[in-house]
Amino acid sequence: MSAILPPSDRLWWKTPISSQEWVWIGIAFVWGMTMFVMMIYWHINGKQNLSNEVYKTTTEMFTAKTEAFVKENTIRTETEQQIPVAKPNAKGEAFLLARLWAWYPILELEAGKTYKIHLSAVDYNHGFSLQPTNINIQVVPGYEHVVKMTPTKAGTYSIVCNEYCGIGHHTMLGRIYVK
Amino acid sequence: MAQYRTCPRTGLQFDLAADKLMRWNAVAGVLWLLVGGITALLVILTRWPAIKLLPADQFYLILTVHGVDMLIFWIIFFEIAVLYFASSTLLRCRLATPKVAWAAFWLMVVGSIMANVAIFQGESSVMFTSYVPMMAAPHFYLGIILFAVGALIGCGVFFGTLVVAKRDKTYTGSVPLVTFGALTAAIIAVFTILAGAGILLPTLLWSVGLIKEVDAQLYRMVWWALGHSSQQINVAAHVSIWYLTAAVIFGAKPLSEKVSRFAFLLYILFLQLASAHHLLSDPGMSAEWKVLNTSYFMYFAVMASMIHGFTVPGAIEAAQRQKGLTNGLFEWLRKAPWGNPVFSGMFISLVSFGFLGGISGVVLGTEQINMLMHNTFYVPGHFHTTVVTGTTLAFMAITYLLVPTLFRREMMFPKLCQIQPYLYGISMSVLGLVMMGAGTLGVSRRHWDMAFSGAPFQYEWPGAAYLMMGLTGIFGVIAVIGGGLWIFLVVWSLLFGKQLDGGPVSDKPTPIPDQSLAAHASGTGSHDHVSVPGTVVLAMTLLVCFILYYFVNWKYLSEVWGLS
Repeated sequence: MSAILPPSDRLWWKTPISSQEWVWIGIAFVWGMTMFVMMIYWHINGKQNLSNEVYKTTTEMFTAKTEAFVKENTIRTETEQQIPVAKPNAKGEAFLLARLWAWYPILELEAGKTYKIHLSAVDYNHGFSLQPTNINIQVVPGYEHVVKMTPTKAGTYSIVCNEYCGIGHHTMLGRIYVK
Repeated sequence: MAQYRTCPRTGLQFDLAADKLMRWNAVAGVLWLLVGGITALLVILTRWPAIKLLPADQFYLILTVHGVDMLIFWIIFFEIAVLYFASSTLLRCRLATPKVAWAAFWLMVVGSIMANVAIFQGESSVMFTSYVPMMAAPHFYLGIILFAVGALIGCGVFFGTLVVAKRDKTYTGSVPLVTFGALTAAIIAVFTILAGAGILLPTLLWSVGLIKEVDAQLYRMVWWALGHSSQQINVAAHVSIWYLTAAVIFGAKPLSEKVSRFAFLLYILFLQLASAHHLLSDPGMSAEWKVLNTSYFMYFAVMASMIHGFTVPGAIEAAQRQKGLTNGLFEWLRKAPWGNPVFSGMFISLVSFGFLGGISGVVLGTEQINMLMHNTFYVPGHFHTTVVTGTTLAFMAITYLLVPTLFRREMMFPKLCQIQPYLYGISMSVLGLVMMGAGTLGVSRRHWDMAFSGAPFQYEWPGAAYLMMGLTGIFGVIAVIGGGLWIFLVVWSLLFGKQLDGGPVSDKPTPIPDQSLAAHASGTGSHDHVSVPGTVVLAMTLLVCFILYYFVNWKYLSEVWGLS
């Protein structure tokens, strides 16, 4: 008679389902399919999809690539720590390295232009959280993620690290300028 | 020789060996809840920007304790008690191999203490998720592995008990729906724990230097097959408890056995894909993989939860209407026993899980939308409305029933018992909402300082984010009081409550009477469907909220930088 007793009808699988339940199951199914198709639709027509371009890398390899990029593209340094500000060349390739506890280097981008930003971590997991626009991407050591980004509005943006990476986690703040 | 007692108040029959095991497992769970609750208060008071109680190192240590003790130890100890209840008590049979069940219990005790010692020693502040290559002390991993092995053995005892009941013919036909739900929970638990072993064993070997490296992305993928799927055990367990409560309080019968069981079956088939939706903003997987897996394979598991969300209140409505509460849409609900904490807790759990936890979870788990929320405060906001107002509140509510029947003590301070589910459930729901609000504004989870003191630059969060974090502090403290009140009421009643008669003890179990005969004799075939218009209105309200909130987030997403 109840949910804590065996079904009173031994052939419970033969009992017909009431129409109100059928209707709800149908609605739930259609809604689920809608949500499923929505993700695919966004891949075709949406403008915010996370890139699939990924390469295996190592700490040494990615550090070397980032240093080469910084050497070639630095336009000035900022803060007491002399953090380089790099402006990607016409091809729009840029490197951004996450480590304990900094984002390196500072990038200077232009609104409306599309950049290929190579993103990786060289020690622990880090979290790329671009504020205030609010884009959040996991940065995993050993994986070089090439994310295409198109800044929409000029301004000063901050990169908050939002994956816990130890005691200095809260000091890990980076910067992107959009002109 | 097994001995049995029949509770004179509920008619439930307990195998004395199982009875003791359930009590000890439940008590161990409550003790971890206590540690989890104290650490919750410290976490809240640190993240409240106006207070910022702890220094950074202690904050991360305490946050690790809070996550591990709440998400693993409290919940799984209690779940083992639920499994023994759903098998030996509901099927009225002896528990298979009580000695092995005790071995499982002690393994879990040793494992949970070992992991806590490791964290409190300060070398294992790696969070619940312990992502490599951040390394914890070896006994942190070992403790969790021992605990998991204990839990796995507990599941084995549950399966064995089902076999005993079948062989001893203590019931006829199929197992009750609640036992079926517990069975799905146990099956999910088995593959969850195996996935956990699959990643934590190599990690343990790595931490003692026997393996050179564990791939960071692979760890994240396999670990989440433990981390998220273990939350699906909770879903299956607390949905079973919703049905149990509906049955005990209202004598409610499932609207359709077929539909409810099918929905549980969908959980087994598709919930394991859940690990994927923690990896939506990760580099290592392709978009195709993410789209297929995140949706738990095309949202069939979401459909299952939507079905339970309809059939649980539907069963209650049908039972109430058959008792004559047929006026209007909601007389059945208005005249429900709102003063009974077993019911009020269960119903708040149902509503909060559906409207807050369910909707936020699906939105958070949408491939592209995830980039708005990944690793923000939205994530703990979401799971405080699933694991806490969903699972923990359901467990708290059922305890008001278990204390008299299982522990044979009367609950003390009945007035306080009445308000506790409201105090806890409502404050925790609001807490979840304001956490999600802060997360929508970008505030990070697991982050000690919103002011970034010591950073080379400044970033000022919007004022609204500080407001949300302040509200998080206030409602968090209220929720801790509500949870503390429950622990106080339960512990006090266990120690000083009036002892109740446990019922006569006998050597033989009394089998469950054959239901089909009873149904036949009463002549009320089961083909008469009761219409449940109130539940239809509730379900449609959920659907409208769901659709609106879902598309609002696509709108937010369309406004951020272009990504491709």
